[in-house]
Amino acid sequence: MSELLAYIVITVGLAFDVFGTVGLVRLPDIYNRVQAATKCVTLGTCFILLGVAIYAFGHGLGAMCVKALLCAAFVLLTSPVGAHAVARGAHVSGVQLWEGSVMDKYKDDFGQPEKELDDHER
Amino acid sequence: MTFLDLTLAVLVVSSFLCLYRIAKGPTAPDRTVAIDILGTLLVGFCCVFAILHKQDWFMNIAIVWAMMSFIGTIALAKYLQGRFYDE
Repeated sequence: MSELLAYIVITVGLAFDVFGTVGLVRLPDIYNRVQAATKCVTLGTCFILLGVAIYAFGHGLGAMCVKALLCAAFVLLTSPVGAHAVARGAHVSGVQLWEGSVMDKYKDDFGQPEKELDDHER
Repeated sequence: MTFLDLTLAVLVVSSFLCLYRIAKGPTAPDRTVAIDILGTLLVGFCCVFAILHKQDWFMNIAIVWAMMSFIGTIALAKYLQGRFYDE
């Protein structure tokens, strides 16, 4: 019973992971990619870890269950922080937005990116 | 082929999509994000591997990998902003 529940939760997480990486490949610029990939893959990996914890709990592997929950909490805390830092670094280092973008609040607050880089400088 | 084998196969396919973005990505932040996502995917891979083989220590690898991936992403983001690592 716990095995079936764990498999269902792991399947949901896998679906999130696959859609996140498809977004990473298909979307047009860095800011779109960062929001699609980070949100989907963080939630998907947390679901996988939750499924692993349920499976381990059902099979009497207590240490594995606790480690899976710890790992899920850590991923849930750190992955969005890293993505936010990378997105800000991209804007500061002068990566331009996609031409279909309609709004740039960061530029309104902190000004234009300092320089526009050539392709080989990025 | 059991369910967990299929899970590992799907995670490997997702990792190859990340590797495509690392190889092709036109700017450095693209590659940084793809490396971060690849690390997160590998954490899930290690955990599924742990319950597939009933080996406890794969979970230790997953936890350490999550921490190292976070530190690496923060360091690369600092580098992208043109600052040093202790600022």
